[in-house]
Amino acid sequence: MSDHRLNVLKTYKLFVGGRFPRSESGRVYEVTAATSAPGAAGQGDWLANAPLSSRKDARDAVTAARKAFGGWSGATAYNRGQVLYRIAEMLEGRREQFAAEVAAAEGLSGARAAAQVDAAVDRWVWYAGWSDKVAQIAGSANPVAGPYFNLSTPEPTGVVAVLAPQESSFLGLVSVLAPVVVTGNTAVVATSEKAPLPALSLGEVLATSDLPGGVVNLLSGRTAEIAPTLAAHQDVNAIDLAGADGALAADLETAAADNLKRVLRPQPVDWSADPGTDRLLAFLETKTVWHPMGV
Amino acid sequence: MTYRYARRYAHLVTMPSSVPAYGAEAAARLASMADATASDAALRRFLHGLPGVDAVGLQARAATLGTRSIKTTAKAYAIDLAISMIDLTTLEGADTPGKVRALCAKGVHPDPTDRSVPEVAAICVYPDMVATAKDALLQGGGAEVRVASVATAFPAGRAALPVKLADTRDAVAAGADEIDMVIDRGAFLSGRYLEVFDEIRAVKEACAREGGPAAHLKVIFETGELQTYDNVRRASWLAMLAGADFIKTSTGKVAVNATPPVTLLMLEAVRDFRAATGVQVGVKPAGGIRTTKDAIKYLVMVNETLGEDWLTADWFRFGASSLLNDLLMQRQKLDTGRYSGPDYVTVD
Repeated sequence: MSDHRLNVLKTYKLFVGGRFPRSESGRVYEVTAATSAPGAAGQGDWLANAPLSSRKDARDAVTAARKAFGGWSGATAYNRGQVLYRIAEMLEGRREQFAAEVAAAEGLSGARAAAQVDAAVDRWVWYAGWSDKVAQIAGSANPVAGPYFNLSTPEPTGVVAVLAPQESSFLGLVSVLAPVVVTGNTAVVATSEKAPLPALSLGEVLATSDLPGGVVNLLSGRTAEIAPTLAAHQDVNAIDLAGADGALAADLETAAADNLKRVLRPQPVDWSADPGTDRLLAFLETKTVWHPMGV
Repeated sequence: MTYRYARRYAHLVTMPSSVPAYGAEAAARLASMADATASDAALRRFLHGLPGVDAVGLQARAATLGTRSIKTTAKAYAIDLAISMIDLTTLEGADTPGKVRALCAKGVHPDPTDRSVPEVAAICVYPDMVATAKDALLQGGGAEVRVASVATAFPAGRAALPVKLADTRDAVAAGADEIDMVIDRGAFLSGRYLEVFDEIRAVKEACAREGGPAAHLKVIFETGELQTYDNVRRASWLAMLAGADFIKTSTGKVAVNATPPVTLLMLEAVRDFRAATGVQVGVKPAGGIRTTKDAIKYLVMVNETLGEDWLTADWFRFGASSLLNDLLMQRQKLDTGRYSGPDYVTVD
């Protein structure tokens, strides 16, 4: 009798509507380690099979995100901040797992991968703090020529499709996802195509962080297959093209114009730098109310 | 050999052509079954003599029929067919004339941006809204859309017979083309079948209209309260013997509404009833059918159980309100290739 344990391999699954379904199509694709990973000789080692999402998965994810929008956008900013902070707490407890996944996915050394995970945890905390402060910088009390209080307040735009950055599989993902959800939007994320595993594991963290089901939906697969469906979907209000390359981004922007989605074009970003508020403010609408003053 | 085949198919060869339940000839056909309804004892013997339902087989069959893949042109056809079969329903205590008028407008032009969408089969309202609905449909160019009214102390059915009949006559006088009555489940479950039978006949008589066609009678069983499949089969035969033009699953007001197995059972009852008497009766599942996928499953069941004879709005209806929006969104998806959203259909 040998002393070897059976390998217990993890089945990576999508995260849609607070649940972990397989792709509706039943398809998977092979995810391999980055070729620069320690021990990889040219061809990266097989890591796992990830679900290859279809356009119907995208549709289901949008439905889930729409359903979650009312509750999430209606939650108090304080509450949303607490939930985001909770995500950071949960993530902190699984640092080693994520560091290992990021190291394999991006071919980083252990220390650099751990630094990426730490930065991602800090990013959740940073954005969590913004939840009840964003109205101060994006809203205003407007001086108007009349007996009115005139107040502009930021409101979430709705369901946001997020194409996560292709290269930075985890820190990049958190950096585009957190600013979308902290203000009350719900998100459908197409993960990095060749390194989806850290993102799919993040689903397990989100599921245990009091985040209502459907607020974040994670789809792995071919970006070029999922993204056009999301860009053309009439029930998606905005799209972040961070993970789309030039030609695809142009096509998606055209498709998104059909129902006047907000579009955030891809741009070169240093994900480890201080993120600023740009992404936070990109997916907000401004509501202005005229309130008659009392006599 | 030849003889055996001849005997096996004799009923098909000699089967009289079928007549609609609302037609004049139906009464004579039903009279051939008068033995079964002559007395309470005879009716009970007949209903309890119906073969028992194989529950597992029924559920398996319904589940199997739900797995058919209907795509592209077939799907487009099914969507339009389903729209044309909808009894667009509003049965709320908070119904206002304005809401009923809005619903009528939607029934006539389900998608205002696309006039190729067929109109729905009927608008289903409470009796006091019948006149409003009728008026709104005439004004809105929907003279073909029928007005269905629930009656007989809907949804509980707990009122004295004279009250139920007055309720029905009111609705008919206000112009209802169809009456959806509920059976007295209390009487049915305690075995007083003849009482239920007589009540349905009385309501059917109350559907008559002076100087015009009688309102068609749909009989609601509230299958969620009938406990067993056997009871559903008995109720189906009971109602059809009493002269129902349509048999309908549910009111939509209780926890369990139309389910595929129950609907399949009723479709089979309707098929067997036509084979036995030559009278064709319609079926209407109601409540809980919200998505295009569900609706198409029902259409597949109809086609596989009853065939094309029933695949029209005259013989099969969906009692639904939110289903129409999903059908419209799917229709837009087929037209444009991109997924639509609830922003592009009316809220009602």
